Amino acid sequence: MAQDLDRDGAGRRLPLARLIGETLMAKERLIVVGNGMAGCRAVQDVLKRDPDRYEITIFGAEPRVNYDRIMLSPVLAGEKTFADIVINDEAWYRDNAITLHAGRAVQVIDREARVVRAEGGLEVGYDRLILATGSDPIRLPLPGGDLKGVVTFRDLDDVEAMVAASAQTGARAVVIGGGLLGIEAAYGLVRRGMAATVVHLVDVLMERQLDASAGFLLADALATKGVATELGAVSEEIVGVNGQVTGLKLKDGRTLPCDLLVMAVGIRPNTNLAKAAGLEIGRGLIVDDQMRTSDPRISAVGECVEHRGQCYGLVAPIWEMCKALAAGLTDTAGDYAGSVLSTRLKVSGVDVFSAGKFAGGDGCEDIVFRDAGRGVYKRVVIEDGKVAGAVLFGDAADGAWYFDLMRRNTPVAEIRETLIFGQSVTEGLRGLDPSAAVAALADSAEVCGCNGVCKGAITGAIVEQGLKTLESVRAVTKASASCGSCTPLVEKLLILTLGDGFQAQTGPKPVCGCTHHGHTEARRRIVAEGLKSMPAVMQALEWTTPDGCASCRPALNYYLICAWPGDYQDDKQSRFINERVHANIQKDGTYSVVPRMWGGMTSSDELRAIADVVDKFKIPSVKVTGGQRIDLLGVQKDDLPAVWADLNAAGMVSGHAYAKGLRTVKTCVGTDWCRFGTQDSTGLGVRLEKFMWGSWTPAKVKLGVSGCPRNCAEATCKDIGVICVDSGYEIHVGGAAGLHIQGTELLTKVATEEEAIWTICAVTQAYREQGWYLERIYKWMARVGLDSIRAQVEDPAARRALHDRFAYSQRFSRVDPWAERVAGRHTEEFNPLSRRMEFATA
Amino acid sequence: MNVLVKDPIDWIDVGAITDIPSRGARRVPTPTGDVAIFRTGDGKVFALKDACPHKGGPLSQGIVHGHAVTCPLHAWSIDLATGEPMGADRGKGCTPVVPLEVREGRLFLGRI
Ligand code: SRM
Ligand SMILES: Cc1cc2nc3c(=O)[nH]c(=O)nc-3n(C[C@H](O)[C@H](O)[C@H](O)COP(=O)(O)OP(=O)(O)OC[C@H]3O[C@@H](n4cnc5c(N)ncnc54)[C@H](O)[C@@H]3O)c2cc1C
Ligand code: SF4
Ligand code: FES
Repeated sequence: MAQDLDRDGAGRRLPLARLIGETLMAKERLIVVGNGMAGCRAVQDVLKRDPDRYEITIFGAEPRVNYDRIMLSPVLAGEKTFADIVINDEAWYRDNAITLHAGRAVQVIDREARVVRAEGGLEVGYDRLILATGSDPIRLPLPGGDLKGVVTFRDLDDVEAMVAASAQTGARAVVIGGGLLGIEAAYGLVRRGMAATVVHLVDVLMERQLDASAGFLLADALATKGVATELGAVSEEIVGVNGQVTGLKLKDGRTLPCDLLVMAVGIRPNTNLAKAAGLEIGRGLIVDDQMRTSDPRISAVGECVEHRGQCYGLVAPIWEMCKALAAGLTDTAGDYAGSVLSTRLKVSGVDVFSAGKFAGGDGCEDIVFRDAGRGVYKRVVIEDGKVAGAVLFGDAADGAWYFDLMRRNTPVAEIRETLIFGQSVTEGLRGLDPSAAVAALADSAEVCGCNGVCKGAITGAIVEQGLKTLESVRAVTKASASCGSCTPLVEKLLILTLGDGFQAQTGPKPVCGCTHHGHTEARRRIVAEGLKSMPAVMQALEWTTPDGCASCRPALNYYLICAWPGDYQDDKQSRFINERVHANIQKDGTYSVVPRMWGGMTSSDELRAIADVVDKFKIPSVKVTGGQRIDLLGVQKDDLPAVWADLNAAGMVSGHAYAKGLRTVKTCVGTDWCRFGTQDSTGLGVRLEKFMWGSWTPAKVKLGVSGCPRNCAEATCKDIGVICVDSGYEIHVGGAAGLHIQGTELLTKVATEEEAIWTICAVTQAYREQGWYLERIYKWMARVGLDSIRAQVEDPAARRALHDRFAYSQRFSRVDPWAERVAGRHTEEFNPLSRRMEFATA
Repeated sequence: MNVLVKDPIDWIDVGAITDIPSRGARRVPTPTGDVAIFRTGDGKVFALKDACPHKGGPLSQGIVHGHAVTCPLHAWSIDLATGEPMGADRGKGCTPVVPLEVREGRLFLGRI
């Protein structure tokens, strides 16, 4: 039976206006639920294609017209007003004959009857329905989450609440969540005069968009804007007084005081309405490539949808979805095939862009560029000869270009060399042979931007002063001596000017493939520029990899510890396993444990405790080492803390048999017993070891103290050796008996034990400050010369200064790492992550 | 690349991403030997058998850099995504990749 014209699908009588509309103009009724970014854009797109087809009604839960949600950040920061961010004002609704029910949330969809029912009982029927309900901010289920002053950041009401809180003088804010939204919230609040701290669970800000290097720079840039960050911080409880928030308690026991707490920890598609209507739901409201839900009359767009398993939280995909939806609603062709994403942060003066596989991965190759002077970090990821992703910090001007190359799958092999310098450089040089391009440069063209050196000055110096190497050009002209990014240009100039006379291999050997700087330069700049963290060094020295490698990281970690004792936070993950677990790894993955025996002395109590440990933990081997102490070999990793606890209880500490640091001080019996002994060699050895233990050095340091020139402690093949004589103490340096057999050289002779200790500490400190990582004392000595070392320790003022710096750093070093682990530090290193796999698999 | 199992019959929750230090690793004992789960500086996670293709060194104890780990025994660098040695040691064997899934911050290892 044909349906009555004045009845709807459920047989209900239609209102007169509808009836006239349908009979006279045959307009279909389109209802949009959600007056946000997606809902209104969908309507705009439909109107563009077919302005007369639908009679349109929009329901919006917010009591206002359609505005640009992403611009709420600048509104919060006071950089824009609400009026500035309105997309469609009242006139737009009027001119397009759209009925807007603002401030009326739709509560029920009756699919059978094809009507929606909104707040206040308003019912409207539809032929086509679009759901664009966006998403809801996630509220962490923390105790205290319902206190006054706890807000999220989603709509204008939230912004108004935040602005009101900032009006109180001296008010403080804590923002949970270091993603785009959290950072923009904190920045806005600081602009409003509040003190704001971002608390982030992960140790990299915006880790879904940024790699660790860019995240570090971002935290730094935010600090200069007054936004503090707490990274790797776990929120535990929101605390309050009289129902008002007063602080956020962290898992580490600290409480950050605040008057406003913003939760910006993510969003969840808002699917409540659709779910109640029985539509198919996954993580979001499931749609096909034409944006249709499981009910063909109902479509959906925006953050509420799940398309091909993907939910989105940015507007670019929404614009593409709206196009496909409008096409479907106007009987034209157009599918939505998913989106590739890019992100830009909206904090004034902080340029951040990220897209695609920014962190590289399987089969990818990185091109990294850093310009320390301008605070720029760029990383472009190449896969199969195409751009697969990019992260840009400090200069994001080329973000759109990289994004375009990426989306178009443009092959970039031919422009690879200049790709990282951006579009203008790349396109400027396209088709030009680089040498010809350099030759064509005018003499007045600036080659080195950092030092303002032009081409003529460089070629002039090469000819007039007979320069043949890059280093000499750097020394004379300063060209490429700073950021180094013009190095290829300067090399080309050398080649052009000298032809075959050019000597390519120049300068000191780089630390590793991640940098062109040598060890000395890296050390010098860490001190001169006050660089106090690994990312700071990598940025300032323009490392060409995102986070270094297994060669440079341990070296930089040591240089930082040496330069900033007590200040620098040791980076465990940059240490070789032995130094991380304070034991030596063995070929079968077990460990050896060597407790200190000061100067080779032990006692029945110590020996008994060692024997008990051996029995208790069934340690398979016990060996007397070549360093006058006892090695327990074959200890299981999980047992290490318990073994140490027992040794600690008997008064023994780690022997650092694993460390690039002080190992053993070998002694002989000296005047205590020996008929030839001239001084108390055992006592001096014990004093030295007790003062110097725990110190970190470029490579291992072994000492020996012999009571007479018969030298039973083999002091003359140690890094530093003392030979006691009647008139005092001979101090020897630079011995080794491992890969190279090398006798020591006599450094100096002193009269008293006190002076001997002073001198030894001073030499050690000179070595600590000047040695390259993994360079033992004898190699350092060969490099800098015995005379230079002697000059440093024989000048009383210089010796004193060196000794005092050593003594200062020892204040932070003489900490038994075993005792710290026993007390519970870094237990994760020893315990397996989980034992569930063992039991799960029968 | 050498994936240990194609279709795990079961996914087992072995902990949270944040239980693994950034640029570090933790191990999970299984009846067929330890599995190493790595977390890189950019927050990605990877799982491999905890045995170096060279002489079986425990990779979970190495230094993690980029998407690679350097074995603690003789310093081969292993690609975390494929388990293959990199650089000069490329092509000399391969450590099996273990299926790993992340769901809302939790780590799930695949069981055969
Ligand atoms: C245990 C011991 C051998 C023994 O059974 O006696 C030993 C064992 C190891 N030595 Fe040694 N060396 C031991 C005394 C020596 C000595 C003799 C000495 O100190 O009087 C030397 C020659 C002196 C010297 O250092 O010049 C020595 C020269 C080396 C070398 C070569 C160093 C060099 O620069 O040429 C290495 C390799 C390295 O460090 O890179 C090395 C490395 C090692 C390592 C750490 C290999 C490794 O990386 O795993 C061995 C650790 C085993 C373990 O787990 O305990 N060991 N090693 C001795 C421990 C002394 C201690 O109580 O701490
Ligand atoms: C502060 C902030 C900054 C942002 N910055 C960026 C950025 O820089 N770049 C970027 O790409 N994206 C950004 N975004 C994300 C972007 O705003 C969203 O992706 C976009 O707004 C999603 O559009 P939507 O229409 O799906 O949802 P919304 O814009 O949220 O619209 C949904 C609307 O539906 C209404 N609604 C819900 N349920 C009902 C109901 N039952 N009845 C009636 N109405 C209902 C809601 O009140 C809301 O007004 C930002 C978001 C915020 C909050
Ligand atoms: S000599 Fe060689 S094998 Fe023996 S302990 Fe030293 S490093 Fe190991
Ligand atoms: S066992 Fe890993 S490098 Fe030798």
